[in-house]
Amino acid sequence: MSKEILNPAAGVKRPLGIYLHIPFCRQKCLYCDFLSAPARETVIERYVDALCAQIDREAAGYRDFCVRTVFIGGGTPSLLSTEQIRRIMELLCTHFKLEKDAEITMESNPGTLDYDRLCGYRRAGINRLSMGLQSAQDKELKALGRIHDYNTFLKNYEAARAAGFDNINVDLMSALPGQTLEGWLDTLRKVAELTPEHISAYSLIIEEGTPFYERYGEEKPGPWPPLPTEEEDRLMYERTEQLLKEYGYHRYEISNYAKPGRECLHNVGYWERTDYVGFGLGSASLVNDVRWKMTDNLSEFLRIFLEEDETDGKEEIWHLNGAEQMEEFMFLGLRLTQGISLRNFREQFKTGITDVYGTVLRRLEEEGLILFYEDGKRMKLTPKGVDLSNYVLAQFLLEE
Amino acid sequence: MAGINQKNIRNFCIIAHIDHGKSTLADRIIEKTGLLTSREMQEQVLDNMDLERERGITIKSQAVRTIYRASNGEEYILNLIDTPGHVDFNYEVSRALAACDGAVLVVDAAQGIEAQTLANVYLALDHDLEVFPVINKIDLPSAEPERVKEEIEDVIGLEAHDAPLISAKNGINIEEVLEQIVTKIPAPGGSPDNPLQALIFDSLYDPYKGVIVFFRVMEGRVRKGTKVKMMATGASFETVEVGYFGAGQFIPCEELSAGMVGYLTASIKNVKDTRVGDTVTDADRPCSQPLPGYKKVNPMVYCGMYPADGAKYPDLRDALEKLQLNDASLFYEPETSIALGFGFRCGFLGLLHLEIIQERLEREYNLDLVTTAPGVVYRVHKTNGEMIELTNPSNLPDPSVIDYMEEPIVSAEIMVTTEFIGSIMELCQERRGRYLGMEYMEETRALLKYELPLNEIIYDFFDALKSRSRGYASFDYEMKGYERSELVKLDILINREEVDALSFIVHKDSAYDRGRKMCEKLKDEIPRHLFEIPIQAAVGGKIIARETVKAMRKDVLAKCYGGDITRKKKLLEKQKEGKKRMRQIGNVEIPQKAFMSVLKLDDTR
Repeated sequence: MSKEILNPAAGVKRPLGIYLHIPFCRQKCLYCDFLSAPARETVIERYVDALCAQIDREAAGYRDFCVRTVFIGGGTPSLLSTEQIRRIMELLCTHFKLEKDAEITMESNPGTLDYDRLCGYRRAGINRLSMGLQSAQDKELKALGRIHDYNTFLKNYEAARAAGFDNINVDLMSALPGQTLEGWLDTLRKVAELTPEHISAYSLIIEEGTPFYERYGEEKPGPWPPLPTEEEDRLMYERTEQLLKEYGYHRYEISNYAKPGRECLHNVGYWERTDYVGFGLGSASLVNDVRWKMTDNLSEFLRIFLEEDETDGKEEIWHLNGAEQMEEFMFLGLRLTQGISLRNFREQFKTGITDVYGTVLRRLEEEGLILFYEDGKRMKLTPKGVDLSNYVLAQFLLEE
Repeated sequence: MAGINQKNIRNFCIIAHIDHGKSTLADRIIEKTGLLTSREMQEQVLDNMDLERERGITIKSQAVRTIYRASNGEEYILNLIDTPGHVDFNYEVSRALAACDGAVLVVDAAQGIEAQTLANVYLALDHDLEVFPVINKIDLPSAEPERVKEEIEDVIGLEAHDAPLISAKNGINIEEVLEQIVTKIPAPGGSPDNPLQALIFDSLYDPYKGVIVFFRVMEGRVRKGTKVKMMATGASFETVEVGYFGAGQFIPCEELSAGMVGYLTASIKNVKDTRVGDTVTDADRPCSQPLPGYKKVNPMVYCGMYPADGAKYPDLRDALEKLQLNDASLFYEPETSIALGFGFRCGFLGLLHLEIIQERLEREYNLDLVTTAPGVVYRVHKTNGEMIELTNPSNLPDPSVIDYMEEPIVSAEIMVTTEFIGSIMELCQERRGRYLGMEYMEETRALLKYELPLNEIIYDFFDALKSRSRGYASFDYEMKGYERSELVKLDILINREEVDALSFIVHKDSAYDRGRKMCEKLKDEIPRHLFEIPIQAAVGGKIIARETVKAMRKDVLAKCYGGDITRKKKLLEKQKEGKKRMRQIGNVEIPQKAFMSVLKLDDTR
């Protein structure tokens, strides 16, 4: 008998992603509905303590996993000092088995960086940097309530390269107030010319509860720049892929573009339903087909992990049943340009995709929204399907 | 019951404009007389249907009998007959009045006389009732009892100097009302020895007892065992039980005789056998003439009702059957629509009646309905001399065989404050009204008289009236008759397919305007599809208006990270949810409510 069967623990470990949430920002941007807010240094320090306590407490449950990606997101993770980041990274390495070339990403706000910090983060083990630029037009940045201008970003981008970051992502947003198609294309070009390895291009969404919703949600005209029209929005979005292609970026997901081999593995994990565990306020997890999230109440979080509370802070725990797993397989997997593999579906769910979704697939194919390729082995969204992805993905929800 | 002298009976009703306090006064009268203590009172005891309580209006007429010991020491039987206060139910009001000898007119001390005050008073006087006024809501700071008394004397011509000033809500001065009921309303006439002659003013279907007939005995007597005959239908039944009304209860007794108000049961299976307004007589000793005034009530407004889920058709049919048991004025018959499948053409006394039935079907019988635009009954005169009464626009014969058409016209009285006279006259003109005249009630109020086509007022005329007069206008109308009119059928095409359920008849001068508004309304109601959807209005095959629902070209969720997955799923679910209340017409999904909402066409200012 082979060693693997006698000793399964010594066999191949399953891949795991780790997400850490840093819920602090210098200032809230007007469009943002993420879990973050300004806070004093003392609070941030206590939070880092609590975060580390959570890792200490829970890491033992993941012995069977091998960490392939780590993602420190926020808020503004770059508000943390290099010492704080180092501390967190050290803890992770102690408690988890990290793959040799694990992708370790940290999000940052260009207004909170400098060369020294960047060196510090690099030394601490961060090997991928995500920079939230949003736009190269200073006027637009102001309208968003961002704390930086384009030059600051430029300076810090150079600094990141100098500090040794060879895997950088830049976040950009279209459909901004006052933005024109030319402005957007200019932003894209400027950034593409800097040759970051990865670019994320999102469309602004007016979220309830944000200052932008007060302005734009109710369609009240006022002394603020208007949103682009539906047609302009669509054009911006349409021209992005074309333009970035010219600069060597390949669209591998609805909103994500990368140089070959430089896709964000952590995010791909979300869409391929790799297991991931979240640490920190409001962070989400998916392990063994169970989803949950951590409390988003800061005092609650601090209390649980700093005062050795019995409770674990987990909320909205959901055991996904077969149908729900299938749904997720579809509506997450189809976000990737390469789509899904029919064989994977069968292997995971022990039934053919046409048995479950036969009618839906036929209809969507007729409507030109999906196509089968590689000899019918794979299925993906067509360009039209990508444009209408919300509609298409909704079709894969199964009736109760 | 024994021992009460016919001379000590008082049969009366309370008449008033809506919200002037009719029901509250009824409650106080019941409270103050010998039937229920205040603690046993539920709010507005007479309205024992939930719906009615919610809307605060009385739908079914009911009666209550109480005992009052007057200041002269004698005991009196007070039979209070409740009447519906809405213009849709005019006929029922009329029959309830015919069962009375007098009426208590309630007028709001702040609002004064309004359109229905007048309408109801005229109706009561037409029935030779003794009417005396009562001024209510004197507790309000805006109450002006003296002014209102004057108004009553000047405008109606009733003595008002000793009208009781009351607050029904607070129970002030109710005794005075009771005293005046005794002194001003005459005792009923008729002799118990004459052949039985009784007027049916209402009925109720009970699953055990069958139809319970409410009536006022004009002459003669009836008891258990009497073989009664309904004079309009000729049907006879053996009386099983007679009795009178407590509050919400039926109290059996031995006999009912001339002057009394009560009920009988006779194992009558079908409410259609007992028509409101009909005369009940003794089959073995019938009276020579029925009482005057019986007439068949005809529905004024029709619409199509379809189950949202075709499989529920039998449920809808059963529900309509049950509703009709208690509502003889509800009409229905099966019909089909290419767009909506199998359903029913239903007839109602008016729009309020329609809304009430619709609500009951949805609430009590749990039915999801698609209702088509209500329309009136048109008369189509064909070239071959035949006349058809058209209740479904889709059945309009080909124009080549139509000689001419007629539409129902009403005469309306609108009470309005003078500053809005211009605005209201404009509204009536827009609705093809014919001005008859105007009377100033006092300096600040006028009564406008117009003749209007019924189809112009059944939708949102009332709402338009209210909004153009800032809520101060009130109106009342009655059928005048049919008049020749230039009418056309407006068809609606969605994605180039005619949707028969959206067709309706309209005056040719309004066709363009209506067609345009309907297209605009539908454009807002129909969600975007993957293809462009043309919406067109057509008359006789010619397109007269058009709107387009643009194709959906972008519907993407850009940002989606780990924390968002459950939220993302909720968003997708919402997208799918929207599909449930849709109706598939060809390739297009139309929300159910779109069929009715195209009615709200007035631009309210």
